[in-house]
Amino acid sequence: MRPDARHFLLLQLARQLRSGLRRPGDILNPLIFFLMVVTLFPLGLGPDPQRLAELAPGIFWVVALLSSLTVSGRLFASDFEDGSLEQLMLAPTPFVLSAMTEVIAHWLMSGVTLTLVSPVFAVMLNMPTQAIPTLMFSLLLGTLCLSLVGAIGAGLTVGLRRGGMLLALLIIPLTVPILVFGTSAVTEAARGYDGSAWLALMAAFALVGLLLAPLAIAAGLKISIDG
Amino acid sequence: MWSIVHKMGSPPWFYRFASTLAKWLLPIAVAALTVGAVWGLLYAPVDFRQGNSYRIIFIHVPAAVVSLAGYYVMAFAGLVSLVWKIKMADTAMRAVAPVGAALTFIALVTGAIWGKPTWGTWWVWDARITSMLILLFLYLGVIALFEAYDNKAAAAKACAVLSLVGTVNIPIIYKSVDWWYSLHQPASIKFTGESAIDASMLYPLLLNIGAFYCLFVLVVVLNMRAELLQTHRQSAWLEKELT
Repeated sequence: MRPDARHFLLLQLARQLRSGLRRPGDILNPLIFFLMVVTLFPLGLGPDPQRLAELAPGIFWVVALLSSLTVSGRLFASDFEDGSLEQLMLAPTPFVLSAMTEVIAHWLMSGVTLTLVSPVFAVMLNMPTQAIPTLMFSLLLGTLCLSLVGAIGAGLTVGLRRGGMLLALLIIPLTVPILVFGTSAVTEAARGYDGSAWLALMAAFALVGLLLAPLAIAAGLKISIDG
Repeated sequence: MWSIVHKMGSPPWFYRFASTLAKWLLPIAVAALTVGAVWGLLYAPVDFRQGNSYRIIFIHVPAAVVSLAGYYVMAFAGLVSLVWKIKMADTAMRAVAPVGAALTFIALVTGAIWGKPTWGTWWVWDARITSMLILLFLYLGVIALFEAYDNKAAAAKACAVLSLVGTVNIPIIYKSVDWWYSLHQPASIKFTGESAIDASMLYPLLLNIGAFYCLFVLVVVLNMRAELLQTHRQSAWLEKELT
C-alpha cells in the first residue's frame, strides 16, 4: 500500500471513531437493545435457571445477530445522505480499502464493545463461567463476520426506502454459519469441552470475509450511488 | 465457438432462438415428464420399508436437484452480466429466480408430505431440509432486492452481486448446518430410504431429474422471451417477428 493511502485510511478510521464517540447513543443504544432483548427471553421462556443455562448460547447468539442487523442498517446511511460516500468513491485511495476501513471502524464500536460487556449478559442467562472466555472469543470473531456480512447488505440497500427490513431478509441466510459456529463453540465450552475447533472455523470465515467482503461491499455501494 | 455466446446476447437472435427451442423442447419435456411420472408412480416396485409412499421421491428429488443447480445458473448469469455487461444475462438471471424459488418450495412441501407417513412428522430440523429452507430464503432475497429498486438497471446489478455472495456462502451454509446437526443429533429419528437405491428405482429417478431439467430450461427460456416481448414491444424487429 502506498504511504499516502495508508495515511488516508488511518485518518478515515480516526474520523469514524471520533464521530461515533461524539454520539454515544450510537454505541450505547445497541447494547441497551441487547440487554432488553436478553431480558425478554426469560420472560418468555420462564426463569428456570437450568433451562436458561441450556439455552444461553443460542439466545446470546440470536440476539447478537439481531442487534447487528439493526446497527448494520445505519452503517453507511449518514455518509450516503450527505454525499461523503460519493467523495470517498471518487478519492484516489481504492474504494475497496475505504469500504473495509468503514466496516472495521463500525466493528470496533459495535462488536468489540459487545464483547467487552458480554460477561454481564452471560451471568444474567446463567451461563457457566467456564464458557465465558470462549464466548468472548467467539463474539470477537463473530461480530467481525457479522459486521462484514451486514455491510454487504447495507451497501446494496443504502439507497432504498425501508431498506432496513430488506437488509434483514438479505443478510439473515448468509449469517447462519456464524450462528452455528458461535453457538457450537459456546455450547461445547459450557459442557466442559474445548470449543476451539469451532473458533478456528469462525476465524477462517472471518479471514475469507475480510478478503472477499470488501469487494462485494464496494460493488454494492457503487450500485447504490450510481443507481 | 464464442460467436454463439455473442449471438445469444442479441435480443432479436435470442427471441428467434427461444421460439425455436421452445417449439422442440415443449414436447420433449412433456413426454419426459409423462413417462417419468407413469414409470415412477405406477411401474417402479413397492419399497420394502416405506410401501408406496416413497414414490413422491420422483418429484421431490428432481425439484431439489434442479433448484440447487438453478441457483448456480442464476449466479453465473449474474456474473456474466456484471463482468461482460451483457444485458441478456440480466434477463436470464431474473427469469431463473422465481423458477428456482418455486422448485425449492415444491421440494420442501413434497418433502414434508413424504415425512408425515415416513417419520410421523411434517417438519424435522434435519441438515438437508434446513439447508433447503435457507436456499429458499436466498432466492426470495434476490427477488425482494430486485423489486425494491426503482432503477431496474441498478436493480439487476445489485441482484447479481447478491447472487454471487450467496454462491460463495452456499457450501459454507450447507457444511455448517451439517455439523450443527451432528452436534445436536436428536434422540431417535429413523431415516428410511436413505440407503443405496436399487436400479429399478434409480432409472425412473434419473429420468425424472432429466425431465425436470428440460422443464426448467423451457420455463426459463419462455420467461426470457416474455420479458423481451415486454421490453422491446415498440422496436421494429419485434414487429417484424410478430407479423
